[in-house]
Formats: sequence, structure tokens, C-alpha cells
Amino acid sequence: MTYNLETAEHPEKLRRVAIDPVSRVEGHGKVTILLDDQNKVHQVRLHIVEFRGFEKFIQGRPYWEVPVMVQRLCGICPVSHHLAASKALDVIVGAKRLTPAAEKLRRLMHYGQMLQSHALHFFHLCSPDLLFGFDSDITKRNIVGVAAAHPEIAKRGVLLRKFGQEVIRVTAGKRVHGTGAVPGGMNKSLTIAERDELLKDIYHIVSWSRDAVHLIQKVHIQDPGLYNSFGIFRSNFMSIVGHNGDLDFYHGTLRARDDNGKLIFDDVDYQQYDKYIEEEVRPWSYMKFPFFKSLGREHGWYKVGPLARVQNCDQISTPFAEHERKEFVDYAGGSPMHAPLAYHWTRMIEMLHAAEVIKDLLHDDDLLSDDLMVEGERKMEGVGVIEAPRGTLFHHYRVDENDLITMANLIVSTTNNNQAMNEAVRHVARRYLHGREVTEGLLNHIEVAIRAFDPCLSCATHALGKMPLAVELVDPEGNVVHSLSRS
Amino acid sequence: MSQTFIIDGKTVPFEEGQTIIQAATKAGVFIPHLCYHPDFKPHGSCKLCTVKVNGRQTASCTMRAMAGMVVESDTEEINAERRALTQMLFVEGNHFCPSCEQSGNCQLQATAYHLGMMSPHYDHFFPNRPVDASHPEVLLDFNRCILCSLCVRASRDVDGKNVFALSGRGITTHLIVNAKSGQLADTNFTLDDKAAHVCPVGVILRKRKGFAVPIGERTYDKQPISGTVDAVTEGH
Repeated sequence: MTYNLETAEHPEKLRRVAIDPVSRVEGHGKVTILLDDQNKVHQVRLHIVEFRGFEKFIQGRPYWEVPVMVQRLCGICPVSHHLAASKALDVIVGAKRLTPAAEKLRRLMHYGQMLQSHALHFFHLCSPDLLFGFDSDITKRNIVGVAAAHPEIAKRGVLLRKFGQEVIRVTAGKRVHGTGAVPGGMNKSLTIAERDELLKDIYHIVSWSRDAVHLIQKVHIQDPGLYNSFGIFRSNFMSIVGHNGDLDFYHGTLRARDDNGKLIFDDVDYQQYDKYIEEEVRPWSYMKFPFFKSLGREHGWYKVGPLARVQNCDQISTPFAEHERKEFVDYAGGSPMHAPLAYHWTRMIEMLHAAEVIKDLLHDDDLLSDDLMVEGERKMEGVGVIEAPRGTLFHHYRVDENDLITMANLIVSTTNNNQAMNEAVRHVARRYLHGREVTEGLLNHIEVAIRAFDPCLSCATHALGKMPLAVELVDPEGNVVHSLSRS
Repeated sequence: MSQTFIIDGKTVPFEEGQTIIQAATKAGVFIPHLCYHPDFKPHGSCKLCTVKVNGRQTASCTMRAMAGMVVESDTEEINAERRALTQMLFVEGNHFCPSCEQSGNCQLQATAYHLGMMSPHYDHFFPNRPVDASHPEVLLDFNRCILCSLCVRASRDVDGKNVFALSGRGITTHLIVNAKSGQLADTNFTLDDKAAHVCPVGVILRKRKGFAVPIGERTYDKQPISGTVDAVTEGH
């Protein structure tokens, strides 16, 4: 756990190669690599080049507007922000426990989103690398190429995503950026017609999700030399876990483990998250670097997302996904798997779990109930945490006595993975680029490592007014002539 | 037997003293409008209801119907002017429909859709207009005010309270609250006031109820504004 390759000693003498933008990810990011005359790698950084500002501009707005406004952070998993904000505001309106109908409807919405987002990531964004090879023909290394070579796989990817989007539509009113959740509950239940429409397809969806797990499992196992070592680094990992240690995307307590799987903390009420997690800012990135306070900056960083969740939970509550989890754990050999490419395998196990949960929920008549709202004693502060497709997502708000937001802090999934992604790309740069002629195929290796984390770079750059900015004027020899900074 | 006039080729009956928009609405002919409300004296300020009467432009909410008039309303030329006016209203305030709780129930948004407004076209003013959240039951979000003065008229003429007023001139005209502090909490305004229910946009809002109506069941999800002539008559 070091910051090796983060900052070169003499950058002025080095050649700069940039991957700008990183493709097939959400949002805009770039990677800069500094190389010497022998193509030896001296510095690798994943930069986030967007600047958003949500934490600032929701200040002064009424709290009930927030779940709808903050979801605009993202177009792929807005439901995560919608629900994390709603959960934080449930605390504010004193809704300690939602009605069964409201909680199940929110869960349905969220699991629909997990399904569509995981399908999008695996089939549309990553399958070209995994099916054709990292340095295969670039003109075919995309979803259109997959559709030509493997039409059935591409078709299933599209239909899986479409189904997830339909689940979101019937619960939130729209496929993207709906309004279903409100502080204290939900604004709509399902009609019988809406439920029956989803029931028609859910068995296919579960079956196709199982096939997707088997597809990536086969790809992984066939090439252990690559899949078990590509971009590998060891780290702590964290997620929320549900009742009895179940895998749970909607609600639970915080659990963190070290790189050997030993518990660092467990059963932590996420209202207290800021006692356990701190964020560091570094001058070269708009994205913050969170770490566990107890372990400090150098050793306390961690990863989140499917690879963390599937290995952090004790079991999965649905049978097919639990079977696949056991297969994965057996393959890992009793200790945590840290290989970034194993994210894909665990992501598909999660997609299968989401499909199974949706199937079970669709057989629950609570979804048709109109008992949707509760409220209680008004509070001034609340935290909402959810497992978004990309990992643990924190929303923290303070509200004044006039119902206006006075403070917001968001730690989004991709931010949690910031150091981890940087470590992965540095490992890949060392292993594949060091001392070699740089080609497009080799640079795609860097992108493959980033994509494994399914980063959402637009979500990760939500802050404004907190990031230190540094501007340097450099002459042609690389000497810093003038610098300005704001901290 | 009532008298008639012609609007867009259709013969419309009217009674003595009725304005063009009143007679047209009764006959099921929609004329876009924002500051007009059937329960209040016309204001004639938004100019969206402008029509051509015998070739000359006039506000249909203030012009009385007369026998034999030939009125043009739903024409490309007039709608282009209405669209430009609507675009100006959007850029003068801060109208962020994606996160506005009135989205789907907002007359300005619905009118923009009706007129085929695809973009704001003009540069945004981005005015700084702080919200007034002082009242326990009602939030005032001045960002969305289009100066229709319906709340002014309702509070003065129906509620007898004079809670609201338009202050300033020209481009600096703005809505104010008649209290020394300027805060709604320091007035006798209540949620039962008529003025609490006449805002055509999202300025006067009942607190803690935003987004309670799901997408699909909001006013203009069910039918476009041109089809809600009756709803408007009942006092949107």
C-alpha cells in the first residue's frame, strides 16, 4: 500500500502520454503517463477533469427537492443518488421505519437499477475487451463488434438492461430521473398491470443472468495467468451488509476488512460514518481520496463495489446467486481475491442476485399497497447510505428549522475507489508499458484496468469550493515559472 | 340569440361584456396565457394571449368581444411571438424544470411545450433570488416568478390581505412581501388564502409536499395545456 509512481522525481525530463478521454466509462477522465527516453514509466495518474458542484448549489434549497435534484449527478445510476438522498431525508422527517410497501418498492427500484447498470457495464462497455482481447482490432472492439460476432450475447445484454429500466420506470415514473421516492416513503405503488408486465419476462431475466455469470466465469478460469494478476494490488475493502451478514444493496451496517479478510470494523451504524472515514484532497485531482481513520492515509484506503461486496458478506439470500458466490469463493481459495478483473465475475453474481430479488418482490402483494408514507419527530441532520452499482454511496445533509439545506457531503462510490483505481493503472503501466514502445493496444490495457471498477467519473466530481486548485506555468524545459494555488 | 365573432375560422358566440379569451375558452378554443385567470380582473401584462383582431394585435384577456370580429390566434406568426415571450420568461428567472416540484403542474412549462419551445434561445440572466422559507407552511421560491401578479390580485381582491406586491420598474420589477422584514412569516398569510393557490408556476409552494404526485398523474401528464381549458377555468 504505497503511493509508488504517483509523483515522478524529475517530471521536467520526461515525455507525457495521455489517454484523454478514457473511453467506455461514465463521465470524463484522463490518464497521464510520464516516460523517459527508454520508455520507462515514472508517473501514472488517473485524473478527473470534470467539475460539478452539487454539494454547494443544493445549499439553501428545500430538503424535499434534494432526492430529485441530486440524481442529476448521473445518467447511469441516478436511482442510487435518488435513494441515498431519500434515506438521509427519511432520518430528517423522523421516518425511522418505512411502511413495508414503501421499503419494498424502493428496493425493487434499486435492484432494477443494479440489473440495468451491471448489464450495461458488462455487455456494452466491457465485453468487447473480454471477448476480443485487450489489444484486438480497435474498429471492432465495441458493442457493435460484439453484436456482429456474438449476436445472442449482445441481444441479451440489451434486453437485460431494458428490463431493469422498465423496473425503474414503473417505480419512479421514468426510466431515467424519475421521482418515486420522497422523504418518508414513496409516491406510487405498482398497479396489477405493471406488475404482471414485469412478471412476464422475469424468468428469462434470471436465466440470462445465470448464463452471464457462467460466461464470465469461463472467460476468467480459462486464462488465470491474466485474470488473476492483471492490475493486481492488495487493499482493504468495505461495503454495507444486511441482516445476518447478507449481501444487501439497499440497507445495512458498514463492514470493512483488511487485505487478508480480517475485520477492521463491523456492524457500524452509518449515521456515524464520519467517525470512521475521512477524505484527503491532493492537488492534482478533483476527486478526493477517502481512507479509514483508524489506519491513516497511507494504509487506510480501500476498495468498494462488487468485488468488495461479494467477499464482504457472509452469504447471499437467493439460491442461484449464493451458489455462484460459493463457486467464486472456492476459486479464490479461502482468502480474498484482489484481482481487478474479478470485479466482472462478482458483478455478474450481483446481477443474478438482483434478478432473483426482483422475481421474489414481484410475487409480494405489498407492492400493490397504498400505505406508502410515514413521518415522525423532525431532525436536523441525516445520513443515507446505499450500495450503488459501483460501491458504497454516502449522502449526508443538515437542514435548518425553515427546511432548507445548510450542509451536504456526498462520498460517491467512485471516490471510494480513487486510490484503488490509481494503484491498478500503475500496476498495469509497470507490467505492460515499462520499457516498451507505446501502442494503442497497450494503452487500452490501462483503460481495461479502469473499466473493471465501472467508474462513474461524473458522480465522483460533485464537490465545489473544497478542492484545492493548483495552476502551474511551465517553460519548455519543464521548469515551473509561476504557480498559484488555492487550498 | 347571442352574438358571434370568428376566431381561426370558427364561429364563437359571446355575451355582452365578455372578453375574447372568456368567450373563446367557453367555446373550447384555447388561447395561451399566463397572467390571465378567470376569477380575477385581467392584468394584460404577460402578452401571451395576444391575438390579431381585424389585423391589429391586442391582448385577448382585455379586449371585449364584438360582433363580427375576425380574430387570428393559432397562427405561425403569433405563436412565434408567444414562443419568444416564453423564452424571455425562462431566461429572466431561474427555471430548472428537472428538479422543480411544479414540473408537470406548471403552466409556464406546459405553455413552452405547447408552443414547441426547444431551447431558451436567449442568454440566461441567472438572477440571484434567495428563497423565503420563513413561513411554517409555505415556501416562496422567487426564482420562478414571472410577475403575473395573480398572487397580488388574489391576496388583495379575495383575501383582503395585501400580502404581495410588485416592486421596482422595468427589468428590475420583482415580487415582494408586504412586511417590514420582507418575510412571509411576518404577514397574516395562511395556506387557506386564495393567493396560496393561484401561482401558475412554482413560487408559492406548500412545504414538505413536493413530488407527492407521481409522474403520469400530474396535471399536464394527463393532457396538454391546450386540452385543459376546463381545468384552467376552475382556477389552476
